[in-house]
Amino acid sequence: MAGVDLGPLLLTLRLAAITTLLLLLLGTPLAWWLAHTRSRWKAPIEALTALPLVLPPTVIGFYLLVLLNPTAPLGAWWVQLTGQTLTFSFSGLVVASLIYSLPFTVQPLQAAFEIVGRRPLEAAATLRASPLDAFFSVASPLALRGYVTAAVLSFAHTIGEFGVVLMVGGNIPGRTQLISIQIYEQVETLRYEQAHVLSAGLMLFSFAVLLVVYTVNRRVPRPAG
Amino acid sequence: MARLVLRLDLRRAGFELAVDEVLELEGISALFGPSGCGKTTLLRALAGLEPQVRGRIVLDDEVWLGPPLRAPLPAHRRGVGLVFQDARLFDHLGVEGNLRYAERRARGADGPAIAWDEVLRALDLQPLLARRPASLSGGERQRVAIGRTLLARPRLLLMDEPLAALDAQRKAEILPYVERLPATFGVPVLYVTHDMAEVARLAQRLVLMDRGRVLAQGPLDAVLEALDGPEFEALEPGVVLPAQVLGIDAAWGLLHLQVAGGEWVVPAPPRAPAPGSALRLRVRARDVSLATVRPSGLSVRNVLPGTLLALRERGAMADALVDIGGARLRARLTRHAAAELALAPGAPVFALVKGVALEAGA
Repeated sequence: MAGVDLGPLLLTLRLAAITTLLLLLLGTPLAWWLAHTRSRWKAPIEALTALPLVLPPTVIGFYLLVLLNPTAPLGAWWVQLTGQTLTFSFSGLVVASLIYSLPFTVQPLQAAFEIVGRRPLEAAATLRASPLDAFFSVASPLALRGYVTAAVLSFAHTIGEFGVVLMVGGNIPGRTQLISIQIYEQVETLRYEQAHVLSAGLMLFSFAVLLVVYTVNRRVPRPAG
Repeated sequence: MARLVLRLDLRRAGFELAVDEVLELEGISALFGPSGCGKTTLLRALAGLEPQVRGRIVLDDEVWLGPPLRAPLPAHRRGVGLVFQDARLFDHLGVEGNLRYAERRARGADGPAIAWDEVLRALDLQPLLARRPASLSGGERQRVAIGRTLLARPRLLLMDEPLAALDAQRKAEILPYVERLPATFGVPVLYVTHDMAEVARLAQRLVLMDRGRVLAQGPLDAVLEALDGPEFEALEPGVVLPAQVLGIDAAWGLLHLQVAGGEWVVPAPPRAPAPGSALRLRVRARDVSLATVRPSGLSVRNVLPGTLLALRERGAMADALVDIGGARLRARLTRHAAAELALAPGAPVFALVKGVALEAGA
């Protein structure tokens, strides 16, 4: 495939992998809390978590620019820490993707934890398992389907993002030029043939991903109440 | 024998649990009462699964709730086993995985010595080891759940209506396993049920609950003989007597039983127990009549001479407690009949037993 630059593709895959990994780590405690809390903060936090689903990407991108630019406290702190800016850098893209894809991790995990419920955890406690032990030995395996769904959706959604990453990262080849941005550029410059190759590739990939999700959801037995 | 100090206070919308008792737990103690009376909540509080409960829980010398503890001892550190009504096996593990889960976590923990092989044998679990929980019948699930709980080597075994979800036949399959638990493993059992037949079959001791309170507790016979007051009416006053099978009269389909000092004749059940085997009989007060002379020309087969011990009158009814040579029966008659027969403590009477419920095992 002469003329196809693989750089953006690899960068996109790297971004999606790192984002997914971090989201699973950060999203698990949040989803666990949402699934089990009776706090009055539950609804506001749930709404906040779901915001990226409904907001235009430009709104998220705009606020991220405001927060992450080197003159803002967070952006300045990052410059001090690493010597690089968060805006127009790969790190900034990771931060943006974490926020943008958060609901795609938290919602499947929360649903999975809610289906598992307290019953198996109570059983584990009466069998001398500490809460942490019970989380890893009972809740996580029973919520496996939720983890697979969360990982696949977060990964795919990160690959598909455009508006937020364009605003936060720009279009710097090798640093922030992702595959969706590359397609946009190819269309803008009327290189339809290359845009076709990448777009068809993304389509196939997304279809395959969703196929995996739906197949897994059908095959793994639901934990019995 | 374990000693359980129990002072519990729990208030919820429309429900209040208020218990202040010292329970002597030996063998199987039945916690009995109508649905919604707080039995399950009491059990869950004991297991450490009701964080809102206030009060004091001490098992022998170990404090689980109350001073000097600042916070309740968490469930996983109490060393108390709980068999849930719905078994709650872990579906991501096989039967052996479920059993190993408990066994591994009990290594090095305080608790009675309960061995893997012993549990497998007592509950007949070997044939189930390779199965998945989803493929087990209801009765098999409960056997695995009981085995799993035992392998956690609990100091106290709590069972929350473990047979309530099973049909009569499955129940009959599991009861013998349950009944042998305390003797085999040396663990006292607190067994929640609202089925008087299960109490009659299994219990050595009885704790009666109603509307969040303990009404009476103690050895089974003592509690059953003492039951008094309108709140006990739902519990069908009566007694439970040990019996031994003397023989079977196949021609008439009858079972001859040795009960206390006398011989009783009752209809044999479909699968009659073998001669020599032990049984428990539940005799309801309403199935016992009294006579002051031995009646003749009577269809009732079991007529037992005895002595009236006590008579408690309430409204139109009178409850009599009768000694029949080592065992005691309760009889329910009208106050009018008691007056006409001039029944008074010490009077010789004949107890006419119209029907009994057989409970296998003793």
